[in-house]
Amino acid sequence: MLFALFIILIAAALLGYKVISAVPPLLHTPLMSGMNALSGITVIGALAVFATAPKGSENWAAAALILAMINVAGGFWVTERMLRMFKGKKRESEAQEIPWQ
Amino acid sequence: MAVTIALAVLIVIGFLAGIRLMQSPRTALWGNRLGALSMLIAITWTFIVTGQGTFSSALIYIAIGGIIGLILGQSVKMIHMPQTVALLNGLGGAASALVVWTAVLGYTGASAEMLFWGTSGLAMGVGALTFTGSLIAVLKLQGLAFRKPIQFKGHGHILRIAILLAALLIILNMSFFGLYFGQIMPFIALLGLLAGFFMTLRIGGADMPIVISLLNSFSGIAAAIAGLAVNNIILSGTGALVGVAGLILTRIMCRAMNRSLFSVLAGFIPGSHQKSAPPERDEQAFGTEPPEDRPAEDDKLSKKYDHEPTAEETATSKIGEDKDIGKAESPEVELPGILKRAERIIIVPGYGMAVAQAQNAVRQLVDALEGQGSSVKFAIHPVAGRMPGHMNVLLAEAGIDYEKMMDLDAINPQFEHANLVIVVGACDVVNPAANAAEGTPISGMPILNAEKAKNIIICNLDEKPGYSGVDNLLYNQPHVITLWGDAAETIPRLTNMVNSE
Repeated sequence: MLFALFIILIAAALLGYKVISAVPPLLHTPLMSGMNALSGITVIGALAVFATAPKGSENWAAAALILAMINVAGGFWVTERMLRMFKGKKRESEAQEIPWQ
Repeated sequence: MAVTIALAVLIVIGFLAGIRLMQSPRTALWGNRLGALSMLIAITWTFIVTGQGTFSSALIYIAIGGIIGLILGQSVKMIHMPQTVALLNGLGGAASALVVWTAVLGYTGASAEMLFWGTSGLAMGVGALTFTGSLIAVLKLQGLAFRKPIQFKGHGHILRIAILLAALLIILNMSFFGLYFGQIMPFIALLGLLAGFFMTLRIGGADMPIVISLLNSFSGIAAAIAGLAVNNIILSGTGALVGVAGLILTRIMCRAMNRSLFSVLAGFIPGSHQKSAPPERDEQAFGTEPPEDRPAEDDKLSKKYDHEPTAEETATSKIGEDKDIGKAESPEVELPGILKRAERIIIVPGYGMAVAQAQNAVRQLVDALEGQGSSVKFAIHPVAGRMPGHMNVLLAEAGIDYEKMMDLDAINPQFEHANLVIVVGACDVVNPAANAAEGTPISGMPILNAEKAKNIIICNLDEKPGYSGVDNLLYNQPHVITLWGDAAETIPRLTNMVNSE
């Protein structure tokens, strides 16, 4: 299990590097807010420790659940709003077609 | 166990595929949704595996957080994206710290103790640092506090000592199993909180893109380490993705600003050595607010500055006035012709445009120019906003097609073919001094080659230098017409010129 954990951690970092590097600067802000949402993955860690927390210490896990879920919901929703604004309309105006070089 | 690993791989691949779809604005929306779906599966799966007994109360907390998040995500304005991302960075870091803290409190003597205690301490420290660092960044960006970089005597020493001490405690935590089960952890948290506070306190407004990217990375790294502590593959894998993304963006931002990460974190302010005599250079640098460095909330720009102009500044502005008077024609006579003859136009927006809230005015100008048959493109420097890609979002919000937005490498060869460049609230990113002069803070910084265009109109607030403090060589060139003032007023003037007769 631990071995698999390390392998997946490293593989994710390497593949992530490749995929994320190719995201154009145009979309870097949505990328970052999307990453906020992904960092909310801590919610599953919070769920796991919440289930096994001794009496009296659940509140810490509860706080983690709330904070991580703010990230998940806030991150995905603001990214959704932002990406909806990116519109590419093909205009038929001639000027658009004049090559610049 | 095989099922757990298989599902973890599947979910991480889901996130990766989502990011892959973000490589094009056409598919990015679906990428985000695929990410959300993967997240939903991960949460549901964790519920199934661990949810016995605590099912209902955990759901309540998840609902609370989810609702707060949705309200936040719905209400936030696009100009405020940098502080929003910074806030979420901080919450992510705090959540990871809380997770390892709860795990420590519930520690039952599981296997791999060294790994557990080492990673718990580390996640605690990084999470705490991310939390306070991000909160300070939010306060700065929102203009609530610490707007100017604050650096006092021994600042660097305090920061270094806090980090070294935290590192020492983390090692102790690992070697002596939490020094009897977690006694050390609160101290690691405290040192992390302190380090985050001092680290961000002395960083200036224009360096914010770098800091936000770095803290974005830290929030992911904290999650990845917390995943190691609680033995959760999905958490580690996904945290690693976020960590890598933040690091990539940090590097891009550093290159675009010609800064090293070290000099940013060390609180070095470019240009501070140029502005005044060496002994008082710190006070002078912090007292001088460059025009680009205003908080986003300033709806209206006052032309007053909170410092007296120095003799040098007064001298340069005199020269500028003389030159204007000496011109054969005033801009009002010259401009309409230039605007109407221009077939290929490039607009260079800077943060000054966003501060003046002139996006819609710019969009109307674009509509007018396209209405007369001109072709318009936007040249967007990587640091044109307060975070990576911020300018693109602001322009998209104003209804400008993303196809018109070109990044540095794509647009630079096209400036020489442009009849007209309109600079709106940008200074350093078009300053030819970056290529021409040696030894300035922006020497070697990649800039937009606006200089090469036939005509240039500059709509900046005033002729003060940008954040770097380097005078803009463009302002004095013969093919440049300057329109000083609030872009929300000067841009409509241009639009009227295009529309008139």
